[in-house]
Amino acid sequence: MSAHKHQTERQYWMGVLARSTADSVASLLVSLGTVPAYEVIKRPETGTLMLEARAGGAGRRFNTGEATLTRCVVRLADGTMGFSYALGRDRKKAEHAAILDAVLQTESAHRSDLLVMIDRIAEEQQAQRNIVSRKAAATKVNFFTLVRGDG
Amino acid sequence: MTKARAMQPLASGLADPVFGSQIVFRTVLDALSAPGKIFDLSDNLAGTPAKLPPAAATLLLTLADYETPVWLQSEDQETRRWLSFHTGAPKASAPSEARFAVIDGAASSARLGDFNLGEDRYPDTSTTILVLCDALEGGLPVALTGPGIKGSTRFAPRGLDASLWREIADNNAMYPLGVDLIFVAGSQLAGLPRSTQIGGGL
Amino acid sequence: MYVAVKGGEAAILATHDLVAEERRGDPSVPELSVAQIREQMQLSVARVMNEGSLYDEDLAALALKQAQGDMIEAAFLMRAYRTTLPRFGSSVPLDTATMAIRRRISATYKDLPGGQVLGPTYDYTHRLFDFALMANGEDAPSAAIAPEALDATMQRVPDILGDEGLMEPEVPPADDPRPFDLTRDPIEFPADRDVRLQTLARGDEGFLLGLAYSVQRGFGGNHPFAGEIRLGEVAVQFVPEELGFAVDLGDITLTECQMVNQFQGSKDQPPQFTRGYGLSFGHAERKAMSMAIIDRSLKARDFGEATEYPAQQEEFVLYHADNVEASGFVEHLKLPHYVDFQGELELLRKIRAEQEERAIALKEAAE
Repeated sequence: MSAHKHQTERQYWMGVLARSTADSVASLLVSLGTVPAYEVIKRPETGTLMLEARAGGAGRRFNTGEATLTRCVVRLADGTMGFSYALGRDRKKAEHAAILDAVLQTESAHRSDLLVMIDRIAEEQQAQRNIVSRKAAATKVNFFTLVRGDG
Repeated sequence: MTKARAMQPLASGLADPVFGSQIVFRTVLDALSAPGKIFDLSDNLAGTPAKLPPAAATLLLTLADYETPVWLQSEDQETRRWLSFHTGAPKASAPSEARFAVIDGAASSARLGDFNLGEDRYPDTSTTILVLCDALEGGLPVALTGPGIKGSTRFAPRGLDASLWREIADNNAMYPLGVDLIFVAGSQLAGLPRSTQIGGGL
Repeated sequence: MYVAVKGGEAAILATHDLVAEERRGDPSVPELSVAQIREQMQLSVARVMNEGSLYDEDLAALALKQAQGDMIEAAFLMRAYRTTLPRFGSSVPLDTATMAIRRRISATYKDLPGGQVLGPTYDYTHRLFDFALMANGEDAPSAAIAPEALDATMQRVPDILGDEGLMEPEVPPADDPRPFDLTRDPIEFPADRDVRLQTLARGDEGFLLGLAYSVQRGFGGNHPFAGEIRLGEVAVQFVPEELGFAVDLGDITLTECQMVNQFQGSKDQPPQFTRGYGLSFGHAERKAMSMAIIDRSLKARDFGEATEYPAQQEEFVLYHADNVEASGFVEHLKLPHYVDFQGELELLRKIRAEQEERAIALKEAAE
C-alpha cells in the first residue's frame, strides 16, 4: 500500500503489526513461549488522529476528519521501550504489539524467529491486496473501435 | 536504532490518565475561580522529572497536549523529553507562541508582556503561566481583590523576584487581555487570573 | 426563553424502553449484528463516518444499529463519542497518489495510464429489483479475478494536464501551513480553502448534492467534467512526538474526485482549466463529486467571478452544510417553548382587545 522503499526495519514491523488482526498479533506473542517481564509505561489508550489531506491531492493541507487510534508503550526489564500505534480501538492488540516491538529491538533468541513470522504475515497481507487488485483489474475497460467513419 | 534513547528511564505520567486529569482540571478551575487560595494536589500527583516540582508536572500533564506549545524558561532535556513523551506538546519557539509556560518566580528575566496576551476577539488564547516559587506562604504579602474574592484576601508566595509584582500589575492593566498565572510550589498551587487586582505589598 | 419544569422524568425513562423495543422490531425476526451492518451496509457506514467525521467502521455500524438506520442520528452519535476521546495528533497528509486502486475512472480521457477501472459500482445496473436477495441464503457471490493486478500506483489525472500548464496548479502555499481545524476554532469569513474543504468533508450529502445540482443547472455557472474518480485504500502515517519517525497505522478506504472546469481567464491569469476537489471516507462517490463541484463554485471569489448564487456564497454554504448542527436547531423547536408561546399569546390577546376597544370607541364616536 505505502511505498516501503525508505522504511527502516522497525518501521516495517510496526506497519505489519498495525495491519494485523488481534489474533495474529496474539499468536506471535504466544510463539515466544514465555512473555518477557515488562512494565506498562502508557496504558493501552484509544484516542483520535486528525487525518490531513491535500487539496487536489498535492496542494494545501486540510483536515478531512478523524480516525480512532489506539496506542500503548511498554518497557522491558532491560529498559527497551516498545511502542504500538494502530487504527481502531483494540487495546489488547496494542499491548501485545508494543511488547513485540520491544522484543524485536533486543538481541533476544526469539528475534529472528519473530522476524520470519512477521515476513510471513506481510506476505499474506500482500497476497490479500493482490487479490483485491486483480478483482478490480477484471473490471478494467478494454476499448476497441467498432467503426471508424471517413468524414 | 533508538536503543540509546530507550535505555534512559522516564518518569511515569498520571496513574489514571482519565480520572486523574479530570480531578486536576477541576482543581485548576477552582484555583482560578478563587484567586490566592491554596490548593493541594497530593492525592493525584504524577511522576515527575527531576527539575519540575510535582504540582507543575501534574498540571502540564493535565493541560498540555500536541496542540499547545509549551515554553520552559529553563529548558532542560529531561523535562522536555518527559513532556513530549506524555503529552506530545511541542516546544514553543518563543514565549509569544506558548499556550503554556513555566517560569521561575525568583528570576527576573521573564517578562510577562513577552508572552501571548490574547487578542480582543479571543482573549482566551493567551498564555497560561506556571510560576515556580519556594512556597505559597511566608513571603511578602499582597492584598488581592476582584472576581472570586469576597472583600480582599492575602497572598504571600515566597521566593519571588520583586519585579514580578510590578509585571503582574502591568498585566492586570491590560484586562481583558493578559496572561493568567498559576503559582506552584511542591504539590500546591494557587491561581492568579488576569482579572485579579493586586494591592498592598508593592 | 427556557423554563425548567419538572414532572417529565418517568415519561422520559419510559420512552427509552419503548424506543429500545421499537428498535428491535419483531423479536421473531433475528437481530442484526454490528458486523452484519459493517459488512453488508458499507455505503451507509461510509456516510455515517463522513458526516460523523470519524473513521471507524465498527462504531459507524453500531451507530446505525442504535439509531435504527437514521443517518443523521448515527452521525450525531459519532460526533458525541469523538468528544470523549483525547486526540493524539495529526496524520502525515494522506497521499492519494499511493492509493491501492479498486476503482478509477475519468470522463476526460479515454486512454490514460493505468486504464479505466470500473470497480464496484451501481452505474451499470438496471435498477431492477433482485428478488433473490429477498430469499437470502444463496451462496456467497464471487467476483472475477484477472490474471494480473493493476499498476501499483496511478498518476492522478489532473496532474497529467498540469504538465502542460493548462490546469490550475494545486501546490501548497509557502511554508505548507498547518490546516485550520473547525473542531478547535470558530470559522471566520472570508474562509480559506482549508476551512471550506473541512466543512464540506463533514457536510450533509443531501445538502451538498442539491447545491451541486443547482450549480450544474445554471445557478453557479460552471460546467464540470469528472476529471477523475478513484476509490481504494491509502496508508495512514503518523509521526509520534516521542518516536520522531513515521509509523504506518493501517489503511483506510477513501473516495477522491477531481472535477475539471472551464475558465475564461482574466487580466491576471491566462485561460486554463480550474479544479474542484472532493475527498470522502469509504466508498462515497456522490458525496465526493458534490464536494468537488462546490469546492470549485466557492472559488468564485478567488477567480474574480460574480458570487450571486447560493453555491458560490461561502457563508451560506459553510454555515448550513452540517447536518448535526442543522438538525439540532430545527429539532430544538420541539422542546418546550411554553413561556415564549404564552407570552406571544398574551400579547396577541392584548392587541386584539385594544383593537376591539378602539373599534367600539370609533363606532360610538360616529353615532
